[in-house]
Amino acid sequence: MTEDERVILRPLVETSKRFYVVATILALIVLWGMIAYFLQVRFGLGRTGLNRPEYWGIYIINFVFFIGISHAGTLISAILRVSKAEWRRAITRSAELITVLVIGFGAIQPIIDLGRPDRALNIIFNAQIRSPLLWDVVSIGLYFVACTTYLYVPMLPDLARIRDLGIKTPRLYRFFAAGYTDTPSQRAVLERVIGVLSIIVIPIAVSVHTVIGWIFAMTLRPMWHSTIFGPYFVMGAIYSGIAAILVAMFILTRVYHLERYFKPVHFDYLGRMLLLFSILWFYFTFAEYLTVFYGAEPAEMRTFWAKVTGPFALPFWTMVAGCFVIPLALMARRATRTPRGTLVAGIAVLIGMWLERFNIVVPTSVNPIWELETLGRYLPTWIELSIMAATFAGFVLLYMIATKFIPIVSIWEIEEGRELSVKEVSERVAGYLPESAVTTVGGEA
Amino acid sequence: MARWGMVIDLDRCTGCAACELACKSENNIAPVAPDQAEMGRAMSWMKVQVEIEGDFPDTSMHFFPRPCMHCDNPPCIKVCPVEATYIDDEGLVGQIYPRCIGCRYCANACPYTVKYFNWYGPEWSDSERRHLNPDVSVRPKGVIEKCTFCHHRLQKAREDARAEGRELREQDYQPACAEVCPTAAIVFGDLENPNHRVAQLKDDPRATRLMEELGTQPKVYYLRTRE
Repeated sequence: MTEDERVILRPLVETSKRFYVVATILALIVLWGMIAYFLQVRFGLGRTGLNRPEYWGIYIINFVFFIGISHAGTLISAILRVSKAEWRRAITRSAELITVLVIGFGAIQPIIDLGRPDRALNIIFNAQIRSPLLWDVVSIGLYFVACTTYLYVPMLPDLARIRDLGIKTPRLYRFFAAGYTDTPSQRAVLERVIGVLSIIVIPIAVSVHTVIGWIFAMTLRPMWHSTIFGPYFVMGAIYSGIAAILVAMFILTRVYHLERYFKPVHFDYLGRMLLLFSILWFYFTFAEYLTVFYGAEPAEMRTFWAKVTGPFALPFWTMVAGCFVIPLALMARRATRTPRGTLVAGIAVLIGMWLERFNIVVPTSVNPIWELETLGRYLPTWIELSIMAATFAGFVLLYMIATKFIPIVSIWEIEEGRELSVKEVSERVAGYLPESAVTTVGGEA
Repeated sequence: MARWGMVIDLDRCTGCAACELACKSENNIAPVAPDQAEMGRAMSWMKVQVEIEGDFPDTSMHFFPRPCMHCDNPPCIKVCPVEATYIDDEGLVGQIYPRCIGCRYCANACPYTVKYFNWYGPEWSDSERRHLNPDVSVRPKGVIEKCTFCHHRLQKAREDARAEGRELREQDYQPACAEVCPTAAIVFGDLENPNHRVAQLKDDPRATRLMEELGTQPKVYYLRTRE
């Protein structure tokens, strides 16, 4: 067994007592949430804090938030692969795993939100193609398939390796390794497929969060009906995705002792991306709010002031702190772009981005264009909060369990990096430069 | 083909809310508990909203009866993922309760906020239950409902007219709110038929429509003297 195999595969064969304790607590939270959902289905959505005009609440916020996080893996890993960023090798697997799991937890949110979950299949049988909700079903479905494939295919050589080592449930790995034996021709096909997949998933990922933005933008509601929403949502999704990777990497490093793989340089590079996106976030947010403020339409201004100085000022300014001030301050300086610094920034961004989803959904909902006889307000009930807790717990639990079956760092890609890429990269860099008369790098005679 | 519409004369409205009550009993609208109403869960397909202008003691009150606008270009029908809300050939915007999945997207899309959601299943006292209107289906929990311009009355009126071998007359099809209005502030009929009062009133110089600038083309007109 190589050193890489020994370190990376250890979590598959050794499970600490702490793992079981944490898993049990998370499982109990999930169970609690399932009871809450059962009560909601049994008695009706009246058990939530929703009302007229606050038709959408926690579930839709979590839907947008989770699908946003899913841009962690696929998009970032695909972009890094396509751009041949060699530092990706250690982080792609853990990021892609986040993606696949959060899509699932995100996609169930609108179903939890349905008044008639028993009729959910009407979306297929009575599909009405003009509805952005239907576009969403199609694009999330496609995205899930693409991301699952994109997680699975690059995992084949590692699954085959576990099968050959025979360290864990041989039948399972024999099945999932699907006869892969890592012959040169198989490897060539594999690399080709990964290359194609990483191109395909990029537009799909962009489309997914664009369409989620469009769900809001296609209505005539103040501060929803905005053309910026598609790109704004995609940008925010990638931003929260990077933050999620950073937090996951930090925890994985600690619990599975992966310091060899998740080095300070990885945190540093992802921290730089976080810095870039904190500035982009400010740019988009500023552009959106300035446009509303300057136009000063009365209906829009009601929502605007509700956020900036009104009842939603606390979530609004916490969002600004979490999405802009904290990550900018921490990530702009090399001294705080450490694993610990990126952890703090990552958590701030995750909280900030959740609040951003809140600030999009709730203030507009309670301020309809046509002012009602009752004042709009929203206070989530314990049912909604329990289901939300269960969603987060369920995600962490499944991620933990997955680390017991899947090598969380891609072994073959690390080896490939060591054996081939170091040479290939120096040749590639030489290829970027003007040829000098004497050097003969790159195989030229 | 008829294009059903309504004209509400705000100068005649006294704010008695008879339209609201007539609508509730005609359409089997379930009452909700006071704490639920407090939360904004009361249902009222026709709602008389009160606008108070000025500071005490120089105040004036305006009443504003608000049914569904039955837009010619309804934002609600475009967003429904299952085509549970639709516009028919005669411009009536309806809701198919057994198909609705309760996503509430239409409720968010409606600029007039006229869509109501059944947060719980309907509950009636025994005396109320005995007087439910058999022509209107009772909605289960978890679906959207809204003003239909009492389209069940149109069906009945049309059958009667056919049975008697005559044309449908203006007075044959009137929604409950228009029928009951004591000051005849609510007028209902075919906007395309020059003999119907609505067709004439909609061209009254006092006529406006709610948020016309959105391009939803509401078929409810309001008459109001400009001050």
